[in-house]
Amino acid sequence: MEGVDYLIDERKKAQFDVEAMKVAWAGSRETLEVSNRMAKLVANDPVFEKFTRPMLGRKELFKNTLRKAAHGWKLIVDLRLTVLCNHHCFHLTVQFLLISEEEAKWLRLYIDEPAYTDLHWGMFIPAIEGQGTEEQKKKWLPLAQKMKIIGCYAQTELGHGSNVQGLETTATFDPQADEFVIHSPTLTSSKWWPGGLGKASTHALVYARLIVGGEFHGVHGFIVQLRSLEDHSPLPGITVGDIGLKFGNGAYNTMDNGVLRFDHVRIPRNQMLMRVSQVTKEGKYMQSDVPRQLIYGTMVYVRQTIVADASKALSRAVCIATRYSAVRRQFGSRNGGPETQVIDYKTQQSRLFPLLASAYAFRFVGEWLKWLYTDVKQRLEANDFSTLPEAHACTAGLKSLTTTATADGIEECRKLCGGHGYLVSSGLPELFAVYIPACTYEGDNVVLLLQVARFLVKTVSELGYKQPVGTTAYMGRMAALMQNNCAVRTAEDWLNPGAIVEAFEVRAARMSVACGQRLAKFENPEEGFAELASDLVEASVAHCQLIVVSKFIEKLKQDIPGKGVKQSLEILCYVYALFLLHKHQGDFLAIGYLTPKQALLANDQLRTLYSKVRPNAIVLVDSFNYTDHYLGSILGRYDGNVYPKLYDAAWQDPLNDSDVADGFHQYVQPILKQKLHSAKL
Amino acid sequence: MEGVDYLSDERNKAQFDVDAMKVAWAGSREAFEVSDRIAKLVANDPAFEKFSRPMLGRKELFKSTLRKAAHAWKLIIDLRLSEEEATLLRHYIDEPAYTDLQWEMFIPAIEGQGTEEQKRKWLPLARKMQVIGCYAQTELGHGSNVQGLETTATFDPQSDAFVINSPTLTSSKWWPGGMGKVSTHGIVYARLILDGQFHGVHGFIVQLRNLENHSPVPGITVGDIGLKFGNGAYNTMDNGVLRFDHVRIPRNQMLMRVSQVTKEGKFVQSDVPRQLIYGTMVYVRQKIVANAFKALSRAVCIATRYSAVRRQFGSRNGGPETQVIDYKTQQSRLFPLLASAYAFRFVSEWLKWLYTDVKQRLEANDFSTLPEAHACTAGLKSLTTAATADGIEECRKLCGGHGYLVSSGLPELLAVYVPACTYEGDNVVMMLQVARFLVKTVSELGYKQPVGTTAYMRRVAALMQSNCTVKTAEDWLNPGAIVEAFESRSARMAVACAQRLTMFENPEEGFAELSADLVEVSLAHCQLIVVSKFIEKLQQQIHGNGVKQSLEVLCYVYALFLLHKHRGDFLATGYLTPKQASLANDQLRILYSKVRPNAIALVDSFNHTDHLLSSILGRYDGNVYPKLYEAAFKDPFNDSDVADGVHQYVQPILKQELQAAKL
Repeated sequence: MEGVDYLIDERKKAQFDVEAMKVAWAGSRETLEVSNRMAKLVANDPVFEKFTRPMLGRKELFKNTLRKAAHGWKLIVDLRLTVLCNHHCFHLTVQFLLISEEEAKWLRLYIDEPAYTDLHWGMFIPAIEGQGTEEQKKKWLPLAQKMKIIGCYAQTELGHGSNVQGLETTATFDPQADEFVIHSPTLTSSKWWPGGLGKASTHALVYARLIVGGEFHGVHGFIVQLRSLEDHSPLPGITVGDIGLKFGNGAYNTMDNGVLRFDHVRIPRNQMLMRVSQVTKEGKYMQSDVPRQLIYGTMVYVRQTIVADASKALSRAVCIATRYSAVRRQFGSRNGGPETQVIDYKTQQSRLFPLLASAYAFRFVGEWLKWLYTDVKQRLEANDFSTLPEAHACTAGLKSLTTTATADGIEECRKLCGGHGYLVSSGLPELFAVYIPACTYEGDNVVLLLQVARFLVKTVSELGYKQPVGTTAYMGRMAALMQNNCAVRTAEDWLNPGAIVEAFEVRAARMSVACGQRLAKFENPEEGFAELASDLVEASVAHCQLIVVSKFIEKLKQDIPGKGVKQSLEILCYVYALFLLHKHQGDFLAIGYLTPKQALLANDQLRTLYSKVRPNAIVLVDSFNYTDHYLGSILGRYDGNVYPKLYDAAWQDPLNDSDVADGFHQYVQPILKQKLHSAKL
Repeated sequence: MEGVDYLSDERNKAQFDVDAMKVAWAGSREAFEVSDRIAKLVANDPAFEKFSRPMLGRKELFKSTLRKAAHAWKLIIDLRLSEEEATLLRHYIDEPAYTDLQWEMFIPAIEGQGTEEQKRKWLPLARKMQVIGCYAQTELGHGSNVQGLETTATFDPQSDAFVINSPTLTSSKWWPGGMGKVSTHGIVYARLILDGQFHGVHGFIVQLRNLENHSPVPGITVGDIGLKFGNGAYNTMDNGVLRFDHVRIPRNQMLMRVSQVTKEGKFVQSDVPRQLIYGTMVYVRQKIVANAFKALSRAVCIATRYSAVRRQFGSRNGGPETQVIDYKTQQSRLFPLLASAYAFRFVSEWLKWLYTDVKQRLEANDFSTLPEAHACTAGLKSLTTAATADGIEECRKLCGGHGYLVSSGLPELLAVYVPACTYEGDNVVMMLQVARFLVKTVSELGYKQPVGTTAYMRRVAALMQSNCTVKTAEDWLNPGAIVEAFESRSARMAVACAQRLTMFENPEEGFAELSADLVEVSLAHCQLIVVSKFIEKLQQQIHGNGVKQSLEVLCYVYALFLLHKHRGDFLATGYLTPKQASLANDQLRILYSKVRPNAIALVDSFNHTDHLLSSILGRYDGNVYPKLYEAAFKDPFNDSDVADGVHQYVQPILKQELQAAKL
């Protein structure tokens, strides 16, 4: 069976240049090349095998992850994928450096197994870079970058999640000893959840309430050593462990999310991160002139990476479901011929293709967010904070929109694979289980949409004297948006970027204005905000969907090389927009912008578009350029050779080691032989 | 900390008699008492402990399930439990096991499809568990389409035997529960071949394993299909793979109640009406709806209690933060699910009646209501299981980060529940069947009176014309207004689809092309059924101080939540104005405030034990955080301070000795 391509007929149907689409998806030829190289490096290295992962007990699983992390780091060192010493000595080869750091990131991505190193590189080091003084950076960054210490990011507590100001851990300054005393005053103040904290980290960035001279001075970050660098045992005063099993078989259980309590642990004063605020030797609390807005820059950065991860996770799920929908056949056999490919059913298409389109939409809005972050960073460096509130709201909203849609989309892809999607070997249960925390971490999705709503209501209320910027610029045309109605008369009229953008702008604008008006009726604005919260969330979703649609359309205005590539992306863009329009037709009808007839025409056009996606479906997911290793799915195999491989895989389950199961003689035989009473259960 | 009730303030707020609500939920005082007794029996028996389940390896896990099943069977015999009590016992043990298939599929299939002689032979063996059976229908390459199965049963008149064979890899039986490791017998569905001719798919009783040493009999290859979603979840079940290499069985092991093969190899249809199998489908699907409300109510109970325990933001002057359940965003996601649990409970009660009615009619050879009953149960199976699967995951998210811990109980509940969306008829395939029935009903309106849940279509002329008369938010608190809105929406959508279908030359092509829209029509019709049955329930007498009033609030929440969610339908059909839709939404917010004080008591009324919930977040006493903390340190992973593997794979990195390390 090896070497056969069961999807070759599907691939022949392609109406565009797949190689060019791969470049468009990757962002550039260079990115495609580096990611392709790293993907293959991982896929061909037996240490990174992951098929048996879900079958391992927790201890074995974790040990295996430690092994992979060590092997990954060894590769990075051996292949010089990243820098091992201070940035400054490499200032002449900045270009080289950037590419190299990117390679290491790709490597960790393709290993596809949450590990303590994610937090070390993704949170601990960036936090020191962002919040540490020059002196602190000089001391701690080389240690961390060489991995002489391993760090995590200890913010959330057992009783406290989103609300950082509610944290209970205290850091009390003792001027006598020039030290802070870190303490967990209650059970609910135990640090809870931080990845890498339970078993691996030697150090943590601990967020705690700063208390100086009996006065509370806000929540700040402190570098605290947790474990001995000699024998790795917890230091005196530290109670640390793993918080137990999480959703899924392997999934996030490869990570030692931890619990941590402090019993009056002392650290030197210079281990408080002091770039923004300082505590002097004398116990004086001071704010530096470094703008506090800088932390919003970090948030924008973190959230844009979350949006990028969303497009990766969703595209994996869509790739699996699309390939298997072409392999799987059901009903419709004529005269004993083969049954119909499931992908040819309109019900399948109407659930699958919008997710395919969403994967592309999120990819391009992620690309734009990367630009936005660069722009924000440059402005911050020039002390220009004017775009920050808009950028902050926009990234908060897009984080929420894309992660929710991705989590739901993965589960929908699992269902689209029928019964076999329930097998761990389909890859989808694990993908779902490992992905869903994204809806909660770095800002709960509903809390974030309420932040967006607050910003939108404020923008509307200030329209008289303040020009909205960036993704809210359309509100500058508010008068027109409140009046215009849709001009569409035929289904073809919907194939018009102008008509689409206008529809989404009008919907978002009118919903925001309506919310603003209803809020004005409350005496206490905060009470109104609480009372109308779920309507406000709907207004935010409308605004965020507009952003994704607009950025997809803007992308298509750029030059995209390759035969048929742009045309295929245009179809996906229309699918994404009209699918949303149909799903939320209640909004468009309620605000009076669309007539029921126009909504129906959009739906008719959507069906036509699905037929246009159909011949390209397989190559559109091939363009993600995922290796079978990365997909980790028998249903999503590139060659479509699903059933023989499912059959083979079944026999590898430990339960099949013997014909007669362990426990049979003890617990089943006595039943069959009607001797249950004398049996020892 | 023991003995403290952190939720007692919440319980004091209740505006209704909780014990009376428990009876209303259970269906009757008797039903309440028996289920309460069995629930406690299970909860207090250490053999049924399930906290450590997700931590076990697959072999240990399976062994522990076998032990529980044996212990349960012993209890059933020792305590002389009735069939109803035994079913409840298995439910409260809350662990999928081979016995589920033995009692719910293997035995009923023989009862329904076996001849009297076959029943005499096999039922006593099965009921004493001298044989253990499974239901082997689906194949590796074939799910919903039974006619596409590939396994063959070829009659050999010489030896008066059938030869069961798996001609291809994709014909391997795949998925049947209990088949991989336990079952000694299977009811195998296969293509009957007589003298080279195909005569449809039939069921055959085939022995799989030797009754002496349990090894597979010659010609049988059997095993487990491997890991499924979740840590424990359905991995306690040996869903199996099975191949036949020309396995011979006597002729009398074909289930012959409906069709027979004679000794001479002649195929004969008996006069037993084939519609009988639809009766079984109605039975199975009403059970699935009952399981839906049980699963959803568990999830809602956990999320509601933890939403009252959990606090976030809103602290004033250093006081406690706000209970999460007081946020409108939390209420607008949680309370519709609470209302759905009750709605599904009552529609399930009605379905149970429907099945009794269908059975009586079948026995009297009255098939007139069967198509309607069949469509109705198919649709409700789809609606309730889809809403429950989504609802469990929504409850998990409503618990914030801690919902991701297995000890919250929600990941396992989701993982064990989701197959319900696929088995016994994929949910989308079900909705298309409903749509076919609705379109047919509409097209026959001129000469055939629609019955049962489609009776409203008789008034289609009025429903197409009259528009909603609601003028204030209060006007929505009117069962008549609600039912009319749902009837109009459903009727208008069905008629519109039927009209569009007539534009296609080939009706099947039209059906395929418009299938996604047809699914939306079916959903509208099924939501109408659930809403109507909830309202009908409230027209009956319901005892207890404040009970009916609280249920009325939930009924309105359910209906208006759906109306808001699908307002596109109501607006597009022209029945509602945007203003009226907005009034419904205003009323919904008011209703949430009315649910709020009763929320905890409403989930207490499910009478779920802490054992059944198996959720630290959903504990009755609300003592969440100390117990979460304790549980973490009970994880075997915390046996030692320094994790296994640190010396081998972390120390060399820290000490910068990676090059010399053996990885």
